[in-house]
Amino acid sequence: MTSGVDLGRPQTQAVGSDEDVVRVRQLVRTVAVAAKLSLVDQTKVVTAASELARNTLVYGGGGSVEVSTVDNGRKQGIKILFADSGPGIADLNLALTDGYTTGGGLGLGLSGARRLVDEFDIQTAPGQGTRITITKWSR
Amino acid sequence: MERVPILKIGDILLVSIQVDMSDQTAVALQEDLAERIVATGCHGVIIDITALDIVDSFVGRMLSTIASISRVLDAETVVVGMRPAVAITLVELGLSLNGIRTALNVERGMELIAAERADQGDDEFDYGPDTELTASP
Amino acid sequence: MALNADESGRLVDVLSRHVDRITRRWAEVVAAQLRGRLSQAELIRQGQELHRALLDALGKGAVDLTSEEATELRAVLAEFSRGQARQGFSATETATGVFALKDALLTVLDSDQSEGTLRDYVGFSALVDQMGLFTFETYVRTRESLIADQAEQLLELSTPVVKLWEGVVAVPLVGTLDSARAQVVMERLLQTLVDTGSPYAIIDITGVPAVDTQVAQHILKTVVAARLMGADCIISGIRPQIAQTIVALGIEFGDIATKASLADALRHVLRLTGVETGRRQSRREA
Repeated sequence: MTSGVDLGRPQTQAVGSDEDVVRVRQLVRTVAVAAKLSLVDQTKVVTAASELARNTLVYGGGGSVEVSTVDNGRKQGIKILFADSGPGIADLNLALTDGYTTGGGLGLGLSGARRLVDEFDIQTAPGQGTRITITKWSR
Repeated sequence: MERVPILKIGDILLVSIQVDMSDQTAVALQEDLAERIVATGCHGVIIDITALDIVDSFVGRMLSTIASISRVLDAETVVVGMRPAVAITLVELGLSLNGIRTALNVERGMELIAAERADQGDDEFDYGPDTELTASP
Repeated sequence: MALNADESGRLVDVLSRHVDRITRRWAEVVAAQLRGRLSQAELIRQGQELHRALLDALGKGAVDLTSEEATELRAVLAEFSRGQARQGFSATETATGVFALKDALLTVLDSDQSEGTLRDYVGFSALVDQMGLFTFETYVRTRESLIADQAEQLLELSTPVVKLWEGVVAVPLVGTLDSARAQVVMERLLQTLVDTGSPYAIIDITGVPAVDTQVAQHILKTVVAARLMGADCIISGIRPQIAQTIVALGIEFGDIATKASLADALRHVLRLTGVETGRRQSRREA
């Protein structure tokens, strides 16, 4: 599927449709396997990526996802950046609350994804788009 | 767009999800199932997710909705075959899949539906008692 | 302190002219301290490999161990020290294996005064020191990963999942449960449910001396995850102190079934299956 891809370099996937969200999941899975994450950790990070990529599509009006492997000298990991130039998020605390939604979903996308990964960083402001970076380390 | 096939086995509709579904495919499945329940008059729906390596909140919501819709249409829904890693992730995600019945595999799912129908006094549906002890693979 | 081109040129010269003497002297020095734990032939082979890699690196123009040209040499050293670590040689013995190169070169220089200057030897010595440090680091890393592997094996040994009855599996937990172990146990339990098609699992914590919030959370999450998969968990063997801790920590066990002993838990499960099947038709073991 994605064999032959140089996993040492960041991989970019545009997010403009439903099918792209599926592609993001597959890309994240491939890189997570390369970063030697356990099966459960792979599942967690792919699920988180699925939630955030859907947010990028639905709320951000599309954008891009960049996936790369990271190494802190002791452990390997996977780092994913979700970027869109959509309307941004006005009240971040509210958006990170379980059950809060403006899109008719379950309101678990942001808050749930944050629980599934080790590091979660979000930069956003009204009109400025949203950039979310997540990292998951191998155990 | 891919569509997920729906099989009819006796009084049960069996859906075995084999692809990494896009959101559109998931929504289409939800609609197809409602139509098939009405068209066939089946009283049980089994959704086999053995092949799914993740279930995110969108698919989780789809499963809940299917369960609710089929209940309205007098059919019992059982989700079977969830992988351990998927279950652990769903718990962490905070998704409880309220109102969904689950079973380890298709066979146990069928027993569950049979027991449920028997409880409701629906005698036409009975797989007999012997299926229970033969479930080990 | 890096070698300059002249020095490394002269070293290449010396090294390549005295392959046998250097290898043999190296093997002697190493053999003396290993006291027969490696055969002479094996030592000579190692010595030759080390010599070849060193010569190769210097020949390509490597000025110290971090040079691009020394990649192959680093690989040989890493392989050497990994082998030593696995076979249980001490750190000193491993490092000496590299430092013996100095001794070997000195022997050659001694016997032939014209061969080299003091500067050459000091430069070479610095390179060997680097190699020694590198070897030591690899050695430590290998030992660490060995320990980690063993810890993992121990973890697997200490957490058996057993089949108790048709459709009922149990995990008897013994010893301190830390977060990592709790996680492993729980993943294993869930996988066993799938593999055996068992709809009931009993988690017995009789042998667990203490439970903290994190461990309790892991157990709770496992119970919820098992439910999502279509299986029921019963927790048995909660000792008085642990019950107090659970209440004191404010952990909600909610509607999770808890039983005093493993036997009670099994009886509970059998009754559940009995009642379930009994309602449909009278059953054999029910």
